[in-house]
Amino acid sequence: MAAVKADNHGMRLASRYAVLILVAIIFVFPLLFMVMSSLKPSAQLLLDTKSLRAFLPVGDLSFQNYTDAFARAPIGVFVFNSVLVTGITVLLCLFVCSLAAFAFVFIDWGGKAVIFSVLLATLIIPYETIFIPLLLMVSQLPWIGADGFELGWLNTYRVQIAPFIADALSIFLFVQFFKDLPKELIEASRVEGASWWSIYRRVVMPLSGPVIATAAILKFLFMYNQYLWPLMVVQEEAIRPVMVGLGYFTDQLNVPWGEVMAYLTIITVPVLGFYLSLQRVFISSVASTGVKG
Amino acid sequence: MKNLRHATALAAIACAGMAQAQTELSLWYHGAGSANAEEALVNQVVADFNASQSDWKVVLETFPQLAYNDAVGAAALADELPDILDVDGPVMPNWAWAGYMQPLGIDEAKLEGFLPGTIGRWNGEIYSVGLWDAAVAMMARRSVLEENGIRIPTLEEPWTREEFDGVLQTLKDTGEFDYPLDLGMAWKGEWYPYAFSPFLQSFGGDIVDRDGYQTAEGVLNGDAAIEFGEWWQGLFENDMAPGTSQDAADRETGFLEGKYALSWNGNWAALPVVEKFGDDALFLPAPDFGEGPVIGGASWQFGIAKTSEHPEGARAFIEFAIQPKYLSAFSDGTGLIPSTADAAADTANYNAGGALEVFYELSENQAKLRPVTPGYIVQAKVFEKALADIANGADVIDTLDAAVDEINEDIENNQGYGH
Repeated sequence: MAAVKADNHGMRLASRYAVLILVAIIFVFPLLFMVMSSLKPSAQLLLDTKSLRAFLPVGDLSFQNYTDAFARAPIGVFVFNSVLVTGITVLLCLFVCSLAAFAFVFIDWGGKAVIFSVLLATLIIPYETIFIPLLLMVSQLPWIGADGFELGWLNTYRVQIAPFIADALSIFLFVQFFKDLPKELIEASRVEGASWWSIYRRVVMPLSGPVIATAAILKFLFMYNQYLWPLMVVQEEAIRPVMVGLGYFTDQLNVPWGEVMAYLTIITVPVLGFYLSLQRVFISSVASTGVKG
Repeated sequence: MKNLRHATALAAIACAGMAQAQTELSLWYHGAGSANAEEALVNQVVADFNASQSDWKVVLETFPQLAYNDAVGAAALADELPDILDVDGPVMPNWAWAGYMQPLGIDEAKLEGFLPGTIGRWNGEIYSVGLWDAAVAMMARRSVLEENGIRIPTLEEPWTREEFDGVLQTLKDTGEFDYPLDLGMAWKGEWYPYAFSPFLQSFGGDIVDRDGYQTAEGVLNGDAAIEFGEWWQGLFENDMAPGTSQDAADRETGFLEGKYALSWNGNWAALPVVEKFGDDALFLPAPDFGEGPVIGGASWQFGIAKTSEHPEGARAFIEFAIQPKYLSAFSDGTGLIPSTADAAADTANYNAGGALEVFYELSENQAKLRPVTPGYIVQAKVFEKALADIANGADVIDTLDAAVDEINEDIENNQGYGH
């Protein structure tokens, strides 16, 4: 009897691992394809797509595509710009959106239910639909900088950051998470005379690691993958982000696929690094909020 | 020694004054990331111009081609266009109509001898001029044609439709090739209207009725267009050419590797053919499907933005850039066709007896501009989709009728595009 139970357990374990391995393959293979293709000449790369060779380090392998890609485009500049813009936006977003969510959940003020509903409604509006009015607006915004007063934000880092600091999804995530925090903690802090700022900083945020990780990853991916907005508002190469830089690898007719794969491999590194560093907290947050990444 | 110091100081002040006196002109160019010498050549022209005079200083900003038109559209909305921009020939009428550009104001005498495809006209005025043109030819091998008893066509006597169909059948029957003809179906976008609308025009049809540009009715779905559509579909049904699923690698190297007997391709792809086949390489004129042989014309050109505060400076730069030495340099650097015969004579490939000389003749004799209308940018996409659908087996008449409806609706929505 015990042997049968052990067999069943073994079978279940084996099938579970089989499913997990299959899922892992599905997720890993595109990355594997990208990295392997980046090491092959374009012609071989395309031929290999017809077989499993596409995922294997076979044939004429070299780092030539990387050399050519760096010669074709200022990749370091693009990656720096994207990481800078994304990093600042993520930090500001976490701060602003968590503060907003804190006010929605813990502070009583008139009309917050209506405002929260309106805020949620904006989730259904794609950013692309507001880009043109937004463009007209930012092109006329004033700024006081090192050169004194100027009009128009085009061709700056700030124009890539400011419109995306606050967003409804991040606020919603924080609200959902804050709602599940024990109310007693907040009430006890208030009774002991803590200010709202103290409660936010010393009580709520230290308990919010999972939702911070989730919001950070989602925002990071959104910002890092920005294409249309920077294309519209940035004309100088020196402040272009990585996704616009991808255009350097295509013309009307020809695409150097090997170089494209090398470029994609390079620009994927920051994303993978960021995701892997927050992976554990992200997974626990997904489990608790039911939000898909 | 003291005098020398004074002289040096005065010279430095004079240089600084000259530099300060130069008014900056912004120039946007589509060639960022281009693997060939194009971007370096533009930089050279800019540097030469800036050093040649003391009034203007051109500052170059390059964009990836994929993003260029969208960037210009966004800049126009935000009133941030540069002084000088480059524009693809068939797109120019749209930008002129939309108020992005102003007439060039160049003395037409300075453009005498330029290939027709290198001058952009809209509403009777010149808006842009190009340093080069491109041309498409039927690439072939003399030995293959001769072995199969196929006549080698000339500019004066191109293949007729019947002859061309016979050539394809003969080459197919040899069994030596995957397909007798490579049309480049793996390439998408502008390649379709650029490379294939000339076939339609040679049949007697067109993308839009050029008499007023107010409708596609009768030209894109008339008898000639239907005849073209059926012929086009037959190429794929009868395995004469690979269809829309053609492997991109095969497009690049299939003709060189002997998979295709003929390849409909541009002069930018000609040098590898010469290197591979030497004297055996042939660049043949387009077949005549009834209304004369036709190839597409017009490539990238320079123009002046409507909002430029210094059109005279922009004009000075463009006049500087179209000097024969730069036309030749661009041709040598990129393999494209120089805009004038004089410049061609000084190039490595387009001079008399040069490996690509025939492309200059093709451009001069067979090139026809794509429809010169602001609506072309929409019509091109409609045409591309229709041709891809027909190649994939869609009903010819229904597809062309649908394309006509879509084009006419767009013209109507834009109040006739200012014609």
